[in-house]
Amino acid sequence: MTSLAAVFEKARSEDRAALVGYLPAGFPTKEGAVAAASAMVDAGCDVIEIGLPYSDPLMDGPTIQDAVHRSLTNGTRIADVMRTVEGVARTGAATLVMTYWNPIDQYGAERFARDLADAGGVGTITPDLTPEEAGPWREASRSAGIDTVFLVAPSSTEERIGIVADCCTGFVYAASLMGVTGARESVGAAAEGLVKRTKAHTALPVCVGLGVGNGAQAAEVAAYADGVIVGSAFIRRLLDAPDEAAGLFAVRELAAELAAGVRRR
Amino acid sequence: MTEPVTEPVTGPEDTVLQPGDLVGGDAVTGGKFGVFGGRYVPEALIPALDEVAAVYEKARTETAFIREFDHLLRTYAGRPTTLTEVPKFGAEAGGARIVLKREDLTHTGAHKINNVLGQALLTKRLGKTRVIAETGAGQHGVATATAAALMGLECVIYMGAVDCERQALNVARMKLLGATVVPVTNGSQTLKDAINEAFRDWVTNVDSTHYLFGTVAGPYPFPGIVRDFARIIGVEARRQILKLTGALPDAVCAAVGGGSNAIGIFHAFLGDETVALHGYEAGGRGLETGEHALTLTAGTVGVLHGSRTYVLQDEEGQTIESHSISAGLDYPGVGPEHAWLKDSGRAAYHGITDAEAMDAFALLARTEGIIPAIESSHALAGALKLGRELGSGATILVNLSGRGDKDMGTAMKYFNL
Repeated sequence: MTSLAAVFEKARSEDRAALVGYLPAGFPTKEGAVAAASAMVDAGCDVIEIGLPYSDPLMDGPTIQDAVHRSLTNGTRIADVMRTVEGVARTGAATLVMTYWNPIDQYGAERFARDLADAGGVGTITPDLTPEEAGPWREASRSAGIDTVFLVAPSSTEERIGIVADCCTGFVYAASLMGVTGARESVGAAAEGLVKRTKAHTALPVCVGLGVGNGAQAAEVAAYADGVIVGSAFIRRLLDAPDEAAGLFAVRELAAELAAGVRRR
Repeated sequence: MTEPVTEPVTGPEDTVLQPGDLVGGDAVTGGKFGVFGGRYVPEALIPALDEVAAVYEKARTETAFIREFDHLLRTYAGRPTTLTEVPKFGAEAGGARIVLKREDLTHTGAHKINNVLGQALLTKRLGKTRVIAETGAGQHGVATATAAALMGLECVIYMGAVDCERQALNVARMKLLGATVVPVTNGSQTLKDAINEAFRDWVTNVDSTHYLFGTVAGPYPFPGIVRDFARIIGVEARRQILKLTGALPDAVCAAVGGGSNAIGIFHAFLGDETVALHGYEAGGRGLETGEHALTLTAGTVGVLHGSRTYVLQDEEGQTIESHSISAGLDYPGVGPEHAWLKDSGRAAYHGITDAEAMDAFALLARTEGIIPAIESSHALAGALKLGRELGSGATILVNLSGRGDKDMGTAMKYFNL
């Protein structure tokens, strides 16, 4: 198990950005998710976010919606998410869970934080948990010794960036554009400014996600951010692959391309 | 049996909207109703929600805004709507005196027009040129498309593909009014998925777009704003029934999906302790079948669509798909103020099955010559039960939230017409 602090420390010492990859648990299968995430780590991902599949993913675009739907159809439960985290953490990558708030709320905040820490997870990203409602989760995470990552967006005011950054440990997630998850032709023009504005409020690393899908974009983002987050592009590779072996090959290839990108800053 | 009303119960003195009718106040509590409500949304939407809240808080006390809204309600929506006493229907309800608040007589055929006109005015104040909305039965979509046409706003409506099919007539109406209708094919392809898709559009286009939310659910400030714009139903009805019967009713009945028509008629009676408030949810094929939309009666507390409230969900927080013969009630969440009214005991909520609703639908048509929306028929079915409990001395006010023209396809199938 590697802490987020150690990941960013290492990346900084190598004068590069960290590479963060996302995959939902249970996709393409329960075992396949661990295999795919392990391939991503093998080819250069420093951090893995394991998505907790949720029935109403209102921040996600069609690619992640599709993967999450398949995962839920496969019968993925929170126990499977924890097992996935356990499998991925064993690779040595810092492993987070990305989840909408309601599954944690129903599972119980303290229980979730404890089980995640026990599985070797180092924290969570909660895209719909606002600072106003985050008190109990921050408390439970502190007790369990895991990090809490929240999001800022191009629309965020200075005041909101300050409030959100104060709730974060580990890093701050900067959404590159106004929109849902999904790879795009170009990374949002607002991203660089948002990273700058966020850094004015916090000494924490700032990672950029939404819309990043290839090595060139990773290099572009790595020039100003501490980490580059890629999700839908990995899922797209798995969705398009004719079989599991081809899928693993494709995600490994993409991770290697991105890993080279974050070193070209 | 009570004689039918011959005197009109509305008149110029029944001023539609007065200062203070837009009660607001939710900003003080951060949109919390007890432990319910709040905001669980992507941070990207917080500035837009704050802006809507600020613009509304300012507008709701401004004479100019109240006048403008009032003018539209009178000259466009057709307010005030009348009360109609239905003695033959009442005879089937244990002889209770049943009085209908005729929201079905508003322009576009349902109470939704009230909220939509208010929010369309807000959209102009927000300086936005495009509105998006979700719709279940299509009534909110039609109302939004109507207001958008009136005010020259671009309009996109998200509607579950299943709902598009069962409410094809409303899809055609929206298109005719100039709206783009986007069928939503993910998830259960009903209202909840339409809401997800509308949120995705909003976060992408928030600079130009107002999300014209159609019910008293969702993140703060929507539950309070939609309630205030729907509140006119109860404000009028309270004045009218006092004039008609000389007393407050024993009970007020309304159907509850997201809960806007119910909050709309309940709210003005909240302070009247003698008036019982009854909300009727869609029992679908029955609680035991699992195919229902009994959010308040069988759900648990969680978060859905930005708000803490009762939700149909499993023990790990996955939303359970709801079922109702009525698209407008087919929703696994409910407005947070209803959750609070339930827990505080001020209102009671019950289930009405598809079959009970369809019986009431047919009964009102045959006995009184009024074809109600299937949504509203749940409230009528509730009034039939309640009347039999309370007996002939009771007066029951029912929100007839919409008309049934849109439901003829369903009725033809159901009754083999």
